Amino acid sequence: MLTPEQIETKLDHILLQVQKPGRYVGGELNSITKDWNKAHTRVALVFPDVYDIGVSNVGLKILYDQINQRDDALAERAYAPWVDMEALMREHGIPLYALESKQPLACFDLIGFTLPYETLYTNTLNILDLAGIPVRSADRDETHPIIIAGGHSATNPEPMHAFIDAFAIGEGEEIIHDIINTIQKVKGLALTRSVSKSQRSKVNKDLRPSTFDREALLRELAQIPGVYVPKFYETTYLEDGTVAHTQPIIPEVPKLVNKRIVAKLPPPPVKFIVPNIEVVHNRVSVEIMRGCTRGCRFCQAGMITRPVRERSVQEVVDAADAAVRSTGFEELALMSLSSSDYTYVNELVDAISKRFEGRKLTVSLPSLRIESVSIDLMDKLKQHRSGGFTLAPEAASERMRRIINKFIPDEDIINTTRDIYTRGWKTIKLYFMIGHPSETIEDVQAIVYLCKRIIDEGRKAAGWKIKLNVGVSTFVPKPQTPFQWVACDTRENILEKQTLLKRQLLKDKNIKLSWTKPEDTLLEAWLTRGDRRMAEVIYSAWKNGAKFDAWDEAKKQEAWLSAFEEHGLDPAFYTHRQRRTDEVFPWEHITAAVRKNFLFQDFRQSLEGQIRVDCRLNCFACGILPTFANLRRENPGEGWKCPDVKSPATVTSNQVSVLSDQLPVVGD
Amino acid sequence: MRARITFTKQGALRYTGHLDLHRLWERAMRRADLPLSYSQGFHPQPKISIAAALPLGFSSRAEVVDVRFNEEISTEEIASRLKDNLPVNIKVTKVEGVDERAPALQTQVLSATYDVHLTEPVDKSDLTRKVGELMMSESLPRERRGKSYDLRPLIETLNVVTEANGKVSLRMTLSARDGATGRPEEVLNMLDIEPEYTSVERTRLIFQA
Ligand code: B12
Ligand code: SF4
Repeated sequence: MLTPEQIETKLDHILLQVQKPGRYVGGELNSITKDWNKAHTRVALVFPDVYDIGVSNVGLKILYDQINQRDDALAERAYAPWVDMEALMREHGIPLYALESKQPLACFDLIGFTLPYETLYTNTLNILDLAGIPVRSADRDETHPIIIAGGHSATNPEPMHAFIDAFAIGEGEEIIHDIINTIQKVKGLALTRSVSKSQRSKVNKDLRPSTFDREALLRELAQIPGVYVPKFYETTYLEDGTVAHTQPIIPEVPKLVNKRIVAKLPPPPVKFIVPNIEVVHNRVSVEIMRGCTRGCRFCQAGMITRPVRERSVQEVVDAADAAVRSTGFEELALMSLSSSDYTYVNELVDAISKRFEGRKLTVSLPSLRIESVSIDLMDKLKQHRSGGFTLAPEAASERMRRIINKFIPDEDIINTTRDIYTRGWKTIKLYFMIGHPSETIEDVQAIVYLCKRIIDEGRKAAGWKIKLNVGVSTFVPKPQTPFQWVACDTRENILEKQTLLKRQLLKDKNIKLSWTKPEDTLLEAWLTRGDRRMAEVIYSAWKNGAKFDAWDEAKKQEAWLSAFEEHGLDPAFYTHRQRRTDEVFPWEHITAAVRKNFLFQDFRQSLEGQIRVDCRLNCFACGILPTFANLRRENPGEGWKCPDVKSPATVTSNQVSVLSDQLPVVGD
Repeated sequence: MRARITFTKQGALRYTGHLDLHRLWERAMRRADLPLSYSQGFHPQPKISIAAALPLGFSSRAEVVDVRFNEEISTEEIASRLKDNLPVNIKVTKVEGVDERAPALQTQVLSATYDVHLTEPVDKSDLTRKVGELMMSESLPRERRGKSYDLRPLIETLNVVTEANGKVSLRMTLSARDGATGRPEEVLNMLDIEPEYTSVERTRLIFQA
């Protein structure tokens, strides 16, 4: 394996031949380079897309801080090299390395990938390969790092089960420490067994490889609540190709892996990495709350990040200030899934505008509800506002709004948008979604009518200069949501709907339309509800050249289709098939603590066009409280938005109190 | 007030280009809470001007930037506030006050001195001979981006130097005036040295007195 010095020398020879060499050299303000030899456990955190996108990821930033706060561990970063760099690295025999120390990834103890979306899967394989680490878990031994992954896509880990040693389900703040402690425990034991005292001082690097039992370590990891180690489970299939069940093959591991949460959000990171080159987001992000209670049925994030936990106004404002000071960034994003629902949103906005008065800073407050109050909020941030105003009605007909559980009457939309134009915004961006199986062409037509009305009303109120940007995405049914049973729209239907939108909306010069290509939608749809057999498809697609699947430039549809063919699998099985009501899902043994029977009931309500209100008004016992009852009991109060739990504890104070054999049942 | 800051640019920052360096300074000023001036207008631009663009991949011991502030601040204060607010590979070596009406920094650069470290072993006497020939020649016609020009008048000095560690390097002073900028790679090319096997450092910028 090359040393960091050798890697640096080689880099100096090739870097001037690639676009944006600054992606590959580190040295950013607020990056942390610890003494390699003093850290007992070395962790490489990887965002498997190009640096420009990955560097601002908040999830990994949280983990980077958590790990680097420990004296006995270090965390460094790596991203996917762009294709030009990859080619040169392969040509010159440079393995993928971490930006801080330039140590090859293969020299770390632990590699943690974040998988926020499925189009990063092929890149993950490619990164392992570039690092000289066997792509398949089964081919790794004691000389290789442990490969873990987390993030939203881990709520259906099965398509990646062959490549990732262990998945972290849910929130990472605590579980990452449990994982590191376990590694230290197992490796430490191994060290005392086989290493004499005199040798131990120069231990770490040289002795690490042969001194632990990988299998034993994985077994230990599999017993941490929230950790899923796929190799200890086995899936059997029914004749129709659906899953019969996925079950443990050793007794120590849980039948049902429950996600982890933190009862109270820890202080947000403030020392964000400041890249030395331009990247996509030059901003600090402060999460104001986590989770969402609106219950939009298509939204995976809304289902899997429950419960809602809020930070205090004081904490957010102080963190924002500290983060802006420590980075010098010109933009602040106040992050949440639904800003309007933050209890003290008015106070927050007042406090932010007061604190940053007169300072050059753009503030974004995403996901505002469609009502005039939202405009008041944005008005208060006037001094700090950027370009347009974004709203997400998602559907334009009453019927569809009931189906997806996002009910905003036309009049509210018209009044709000008119008001936005009147108060001086020139551009409004609206998000819609097409492709639900119950959707008819009339529902799509309704999007056109609504947009036309919006711009007509806007013109009456504010003149001819106003603009409307319409973004229409295509619905992808996601695991762990009420729509996990439904089919994804077909290519032909999607194209027909998009053609209608283009034909009718683009007539108006001041309306801009953007849409998702059906190929992108289908790829995401195959992967998101895939089973273990998809792993071979991913592997072959990668071998066929698929990577950077989230990028337009790198479309590899062919690579994917031939991979399906090679393994005798039908893509339509994963996308266009309505699931049986008693179907066992590939992710059945993983839960985000929102129970399957709750999701199923919600699915049935959607078929009946029934709305379910915000669960802050009425707790529906979705599964969060029963699962985390003890945690809630120990952490009462208003930061966490579920009702308080008053009943006495039933199980000893354990993080996760659900019993592993309490598998959710469909139908109640 | 107008301040002139001399700084080094090393390591990873060799791969940060001119425009990104502008942004880097803007953010550094904000972190250091220094009252940077901005231009008027719809898209206010910070009043930061960097003397001469340093080619990507070169390090430097002496880059110079002029910055305007809304208030008077002592040069010591500027230096001390910047100290902990810069990435590791930039160090401020000098801060001085400049007359507000002095001409723009970029127009004052005359020439630049470079040390070119050769990473592959070379025959020193052979190199010295080649350098001698180059310097003796009347003109060195070359072409760059389809334009022909004479490199010779752009080379002010060129010497072969043996470093303390015994390695050979080249030291050259090249013209850096507007429209008459000599580039170390062009000189290296004349000497049959591959730029990939060198590391170039700018050691000095020479300004009009
Ligand atoms: C910022 C952001 C982006 C940024 C990403 C910037 C970046 N570098 O990360 C940009 C603009 C690029 C982006 C793009 C997209 N995004 Co986005 N984005 C977000 C946003 C607002 C914040 C994400 C975030 O930081 N969350 C907070 C952090 C703390 O959570 P986290 O990353 O999940 O990490 C935690 C855990 O998951 C876990 N964890 C994560 N990784 C790992 C790894 C290990 C090893 C461990 C142990 C733990 C662990 O630990 C962390 C701490 O608890 C969310 C909305 C939201 N508020 O969450 C949407 C969101 C994630 N995006 C979404 C979508 C759909 C997209 C796009 C696909 C949109 C599109 N159609 O183009 C694209 C995909 C990217 C692409 N290339 O095309 C959806 C995801 C939908 C879903 N899963 O159901 C969300 C939820 C918004 C929404 N409601 O629709 N996005
Ligand atoms: S337990 Fe009740 S209040 Fe909490 S997230 Fe679930 S439905 Fe909402």
